Amino acid sequence: MTERGVELAVEGLGHVYPDGTRALDDVSLVIPPGARLAIVGQNGSGKTTLVRHLNGLLRPTEGRVLIDGRDIAGERVAALARRVGLVFQDPDRQIFSGRVRTEVAFGPRNLGLRDASLDEAVATALEAVGLAGEADTNPYDLGFSRRKLLALASVLAMGTPAVVLDEPTTGQDAMGVARVQAIVAQLAAAGRTVIAISHDMRFVAEAFERVVVMRAGRVVLDGSPTEVFAEPNWPALASTYLEPPLAARVGAAAGLGSTPSESSLVDALAARA
Amino acid sequence: MLALAGLSYRYAGAPRPSLIDIDLQIGDGEVVGLVGPNEAGKSTVCLVASGLAPRAIRGTLSGTLTIDGEDVVDWPMHQLIGRVGIAFQNPRTQLSGVAATVYEEVCFGLMNLGVPRDEVVARAGEALELLRIGDLVERDPNLLSGGQMQLVALAGLLALRPAHLVLDEPTAQLDPEGTRLVAGALRDLAAAGTALLIAEHKADMLDGLCDRVVVLDAGRITIEGPAGAVLADPRLADLGVEPPSRVRLARALEARGLDPTVVALGAGAGGPA
Repeated sequence: MTERGVELAVEGLGHVYPDGTRALDDVSLVIPPGARLAIVGQNGSGKTTLVRHLNGLLRPTEGRVLIDGRDIAGERVAALARRVGLVFQDPDRQIFSGRVRTEVAFGPRNLGLRDASLDEAVATALEAVGLAGEADTNPYDLGFSRRKLLALASVLAMGTPAVVLDEPTTGQDAMGVARVQAIVAQLAAAGRTVIAISHDMRFVAEAFERVVVMRAGRVVLDGSPTEVFAEPNWPALASTYLEPPLAARVGAAAGLGSTPSESSLVDALAARA
Repeated sequence: MLALAGLSYRYAGAPRPSLIDIDLQIGDGEVVGLVGPNEAGKSTVCLVASGLAPRAIRGTLSGTLTIDGEDVVDWPMHQLIGRVGIAFQNPRTQLSGVAATVYEEVCFGLMNLGVPRDEVVARAGEALELLRIGDLVERDPNLLSGGQMQLVALAGLLALRPAHLVLDEPTAQLDPEGTRLVAGALRDLAAAGTALLIAEHKADMLDGLCDRVVVLDAGRITIEGPAGAVLADPRLADLGVEPPSRVRLARALEARGLDPTVVALGAGAGGPA
């Protein structure tokens, strides 16, 4: 288990699916260790396809993927899984055990953890997602939202230096969203890289330091939430059917500049009052 | 009209009932939102109101379920299908799994019901157009993104033209544009006289779409009333239910002694052109 981040990079990445659909077209990104990066864009814009390249689940049809500067083309998925943990959008494609504890223990056990250190990794991960009391429950007795948190715990328990979350807040209530937000902050504080796909612009503006906007398999905007959600970018966002968070819209209308997060808007208004 | 009266439901083998004494009426043309913390029983209300529980998901039901004034508790599934449709939270549950293309998938339910060919073509075309997924017709449903899959599943359901509709987080995986399209389609259905029940966490969507909102907590209805008022009810925070952005932001401003009415400036600004 490592707490150190890794640098992830894609260079000229392209992907064409077997049915001929082009999902990615010349995408280049460098994601430094410890980054908190959100990927947003329309359904079908290539977000999930992009992140599946980061741990080798998909292989480029053009360009390459690098971890700490090394091309991962020859590396096996099992080896990559130690460095990049991917939490699927649909928890039911990930969960397979009959007990919550066994489900979460699977990954770290494969990484060689045993006995007390294994128990600790499992307990810490379940605690983080609020499922500590459900260790002996059958995952399928949990509702959809808690199965998603379980899938997240299973990846957290592996302690991978990079964690990729595909729509982590989908189906979560306010408490669940707050939990996911806290986990993102904790991972980043520990120097681990966090990449999340999301349609929730508020969550993106509140929890991430960098936002990549995709459209039709390409990156159209890349910057901090303050940069990406600034008014001059609204037409570009609208072209991919995205709307800036309410705080950004209120801030711009009130002449306060770019205030993508609630706290930035409140601070700007307080400073003017 | 869909009506649940004094309805309780306990899943087979469960130690406690999941729903307790639910009284809920959804009039023709009315849109009712169902909110509550995770595991409050929202999905169970959907399964019971659509008749899937106890028919396909075993359990014990007491109380009554009536559709258009008829007690349907003892109706067989095939008789219920034309009267009330259900959209599942996970589109994979909805898709037939046997269709090779999106077009076949959207036609699947209609073909099964023996609808004449011309009618199938017309209705499928209409549903595809409504959700703007006409460009996906040749694609393999299993290779779609999560959000595209959700739109395809909804199109197949809308093509069936059920008299009434129950939706369990119909937009969970959709981008903001997909969410708007679905909200628009649901508004049209309600205008045509369909009774709609929607379980959702997206408070902003419910805020603009619903006539009434019902709050469920631990299997019971605890708050009920006009959508705007219920979604702004301070008790929702204790239940872990996310308020709409406008309410949330206004509260953050008030907490700092700032004028909350500034939030209205953000209405309409920054949306897609």
